[in-house]
Amino acid sequence: MPKDEPAGYLGEAQKTLNRVKAKIGDRIRVSTTENIFEGIVIPRAEIGADDQHIIIKLDSGYNIGIHVNNIQKIERVAPGRKAQPELPPITRKTKKGLPWASILSTGGTIASRVDYQTGAVNPALTADDLYTVVPELGNLANIRAEVLFSVFSENLLPSHWTTMAEQIAKHLDESEGVVIPHGTDTLGYTAAALSFALQNLPGPVILTGSQRSSDRPSSDAALNLTAAVIIAVQGPIAEVIIAMHRYPDDTSIALYPGTQVRKCHTSRRDAFKPINADLLGEVKNGQVYILVDENSYLHRDKTRQIRLQPEFDPKVALIKTTPGLMGERIDVLIDQGYHGIVIEGTGLGHAPEAIFEAIERAQSEQIPVVMTSQCIWGRVQMRVYRTGVELVQRGVIPGEDMIAETAFVKLMWVLAQTRDSTEVQKRMLTPIAGEITECSKRSQYEELSP
Amino acid sequence: MTKIDYEKVGALIGIEVHQQLDTKTKLFCSCPTKIREDEPHFTFLRRLRPTQSELGEVDPAALFEFHKGRVHIYENYNDSICLVEQDEEPPHLLDKEAVNFALEIALLMNAQPVDEIQIMRKLVIDGSNTTGFQRSVVVAFGGAIQVNGLEVPIQTIGVEEDAARKIREEGARTYWRLDRLGIPLIEVATAPVMKTPEQVQATALRIGQIFRVTGKVKRGLGTIRQDINVSIKDGAIIEIKGVQKLNLIGQVVKYEVQRQVELLKLRDELKKRGVRASKITKRVHEVTSLFKKSTSKVIKAALKRKEGVFALMLPGFASLVGKELQPGRRLGSEFADYAQFWGGVKGVFHTDELPKYGITTNDVENLRKHLQAKKADAIIIVAATKTAATEALKAVGDRARQSLKGVPAETRGPLADGTTRYSRPRPGAARMYPETDVAPVSVTVEHLDQIRKQLPELPEEKIHKFQEEYQLSEELAQIMIRSLRIDLFEAITKQHPELAVIIASTLETLWRNLEREEIAVDDISEQQIVLLFDRLAQNQFAKEAIPELLTWLANNPDGAVDDGIEALGLGVISQKELEAIVSKIVKANKEMIAERGERAMGPLMGKVMNEVRGRADGKLVNELLRSAIRTQLEPQ
Repeated sequence: MPKDEPAGYLGEAQKTLNRVKAKIGDRIRVSTTENIFEGIVIPRAEIGADDQHIIIKLDSGYNIGIHVNNIQKIERVAPGRKAQPELPPITRKTKKGLPWASILSTGGTIASRVDYQTGAVNPALTADDLYTVVPELGNLANIRAEVLFSVFSENLLPSHWTTMAEQIAKHLDESEGVVIPHGTDTLGYTAAALSFALQNLPGPVILTGSQRSSDRPSSDAALNLTAAVIIAVQGPIAEVIIAMHRYPDDTSIALYPGTQVRKCHTSRRDAFKPINADLLGEVKNGQVYILVDENSYLHRDKTRQIRLQPEFDPKVALIKTTPGLMGERIDVLIDQGYHGIVIEGTGLGHAPEAIFEAIERAQSEQIPVVMTSQCIWGRVQMRVYRTGVELVQRGVIPGEDMIAETAFVKLMWVLAQTRDSTEVQKRMLTPIAGEITECSKRSQYEELSP
Repeated sequence: MTKIDYEKVGALIGIEVHQQLDTKTKLFCSCPTKIREDEPHFTFLRRLRPTQSELGEVDPAALFEFHKGRVHIYENYNDSICLVEQDEEPPHLLDKEAVNFALEIALLMNAQPVDEIQIMRKLVIDGSNTTGFQRSVVVAFGGAIQVNGLEVPIQTIGVEEDAARKIREEGARTYWRLDRLGIPLIEVATAPVMKTPEQVQATALRIGQIFRVTGKVKRGLGTIRQDINVSIKDGAIIEIKGVQKLNLIGQVVKYEVQRQVELLKLRDELKKRGVRASKITKRVHEVTSLFKKSTSKVIKAALKRKEGVFALMLPGFASLVGKELQPGRRLGSEFADYAQFWGGVKGVFHTDELPKYGITTNDVENLRKHLQAKKADAIIIVAATKTAATEALKAVGDRARQSLKGVPAETRGPLADGTTRYSRPRPGAARMYPETDVAPVSVTVEHLDQIRKQLPELPEEKIHKFQEEYQLSEELAQIMIRSLRIDLFEAITKQHPELAVIIASTLETLWRNLEREEIAVDDISEQQIVLLFDRLAQNQFAKEAIPELLTWLANNPDGAVDDGIEALGLGVISQKELEAIVSKIVKANKEMIAERGERAMGPLMGKVMNEVRGRADGKLVNELLRSAIRTQLEPQ
């Protein structure tokens, strides 16, 4: 028996339940000095819960916690019913004339169902599940759904990007577009990675997620997912895009360019913002509206052949300069065999002189160092102040207006292709997927202000 | 209508009393618990999505609204509403002050607190909560309160978030204000053991009193709401939600029992007539052509909007649609409620009330002929668009079929006179699941002991104190304990115990008299009321001038007590001055005194008081006048 079986219970509480062989979902009767409670055993919360309380759901629907020390008698009254979806999933036949879209899930629960008996949230992963939970999808497209893996987005590895890119390429042979539901925490990194790994796309690849969990009626998930599917089958852009709420309102889903977007708020629906870029467009009332010049993006073309370069070198580090930063931070990385370093410098791309020596060492050991800015918006300009000049003299590559996270992903991608310093520098400074722009426009920062 | 024998019809009534807590912060964030009337700073728009697994069970009405594309506009204030209310940030910890208050109430009612409080989400998808659920906790079970000799068991004591305030509806848009969302509500639910309207009213009063003795609940209209569950034998559990006025509760119960009794009679009559559900067809007839030349304003207006007239036949329902269920509310009113709710139409006509409203006998005859209706049949008509009318009449048909079974389970809303109207179908078993964003809260023995040490006095203990320490009559003490201004009374009396009786009668008897005269006494700030009694205690004016001074304060919202005293010339006159007035009046009424002797006191007292206009204490006037009369009567 696993250590926390029934789910989440440990110590005394676990022993008490096991004494009467009570499992999650079973109906038990508990007598305390003052009351008799009857209800269903509920899983113990994973976070912040002690091992002294047993949680039951009363017939009124409320859960209560009973302290093991107050239990005088405990009986198992009835076994739990088998967990089953409350409604049989809708099994849908293919609709002729409707375009196909693929939904490849990675672990974020963009759609889910609540089991009200145990409170468990069950993700909807198969196409049928998705139709059941978000029925309007069925009117937009025929869905091809596949579960790639089930990983919290903070645990995703560069190797997962490789798998994603390969699978997307495969699905684009048949689908008009591919939708990737994804946890929002590292959504920006994955979008950048896919932008480099999948070039010359025939149709759009849309990453989407939700900031408010899909188990609540107010969740942004269904609207984001629906918009993503609309873009997949109707959107004219054949690029990697993030589709998320544009405002706190449920009125518009924005299209962000995959290499110039960042999660800028911990919890708001409109957490994502374009960085050094304009919004590509929005989905409003079921329609895709493109907001940029039509010559500025790759248009959908089914005959186009994908250029797939899905490898990433995981030995790259991203460090942030802070007052008092010492060279040892970089020395450690070199000692551990890292192949490349991205620095999130201050201002125009500066770092304390205390690390100059370590940077020289990196240069002599053929480890490229790329400079970006922790200002988030704006371009690195390393010729304005002395520090910048000295860093460049020591081989630091000025990362132009690349976001630090994008530069980090790009360096992984470039290093998987070449370790030659000159070649790395050249590729890092060549725009591949819109990550570097030549002119910074005023609107690219003002988009933020309401 | 005959008098109801509540015992005989098997009435069982339970209530849930909700009251807003006067906590510093909301239940799950640190925003103030403040209702605002100034212009909101910004709004945002949301849709709530009933997920498939809730289909038809949570709240069919809300699902219906979702499919109609209902959107919710939320009004905000930047300085008193945060991202938590906007559902843009996870909730913070459960507010300790609110939990402690609920535990206090639990102990006062001898209920047993739970060992660990679990925070639940109760699905509410009408838009009143930005999340789509209301966070709710049970804090204690059991216990009982004594109500005039009846022991009323308490089922649960809990705390939950108050909902957003509905400001208005405009088509498919509902406007809500987020100021109220998240204010903690205490909720006490009794067992359904009460049998008469009087018991229910008394129980609600009693629960409210216990809340109030803690001094931690908000006061005033809108801060307290009662939900009443009423059922009778063979009837159904009807939940009447949101009764705000205490003195309406008895009436609501009475009318609901009456409605259920009448509905059962109606069912029996339909059975007797041999009406069967299968005979009530769903067929909606378009009869626009019959009303082309109608003189009915409603129909004329509808036709002008290019809408039509539609009819539904209810076989065997003649004379029953017009049957009164509650004063002024007929079966036809129930039909109209359903039609309005599900079809969004303004109302319906039925043949039991026709000819009327510009619909002529001729119209009705044509209609009957067209539908081949018999005399025993009733016809319902609606003037609206085809879609709306079809939905409306379908709902009427459903309601008609339900009347064959008796009382349909419903949630109803109170009207001003205590009758009720249909508000929505009763939701199935409450859909609740754990709020995983907030950790459970353990209730320890030590914590409970601490609360137990600081329990406030119960109402009966206070009544005792009012009588013994403050010399209030039993009647006045009883009135005071029920008073909305009991806290104010206690605060002032603590400073001026010798004025207790005057304070009590001012805050209750006089207060209500002035209110009856439409003087806005409630607008006077508590600070000024306190000051008023300070000045009285300092003899700055006489107690007889209290009514005049309160009136002045009500009419001069910015004025202070001292201004009032000056403006009204209420400064107490000196004894010398008073003696002069008494002496003047005695002299002027020599004959009367000679004639009536000491019995002249009454009329002369009135004359003196009239002259001093509250600037002298009545007792002193009485003394001076009596002695002056006696002197006058003494042989010269």
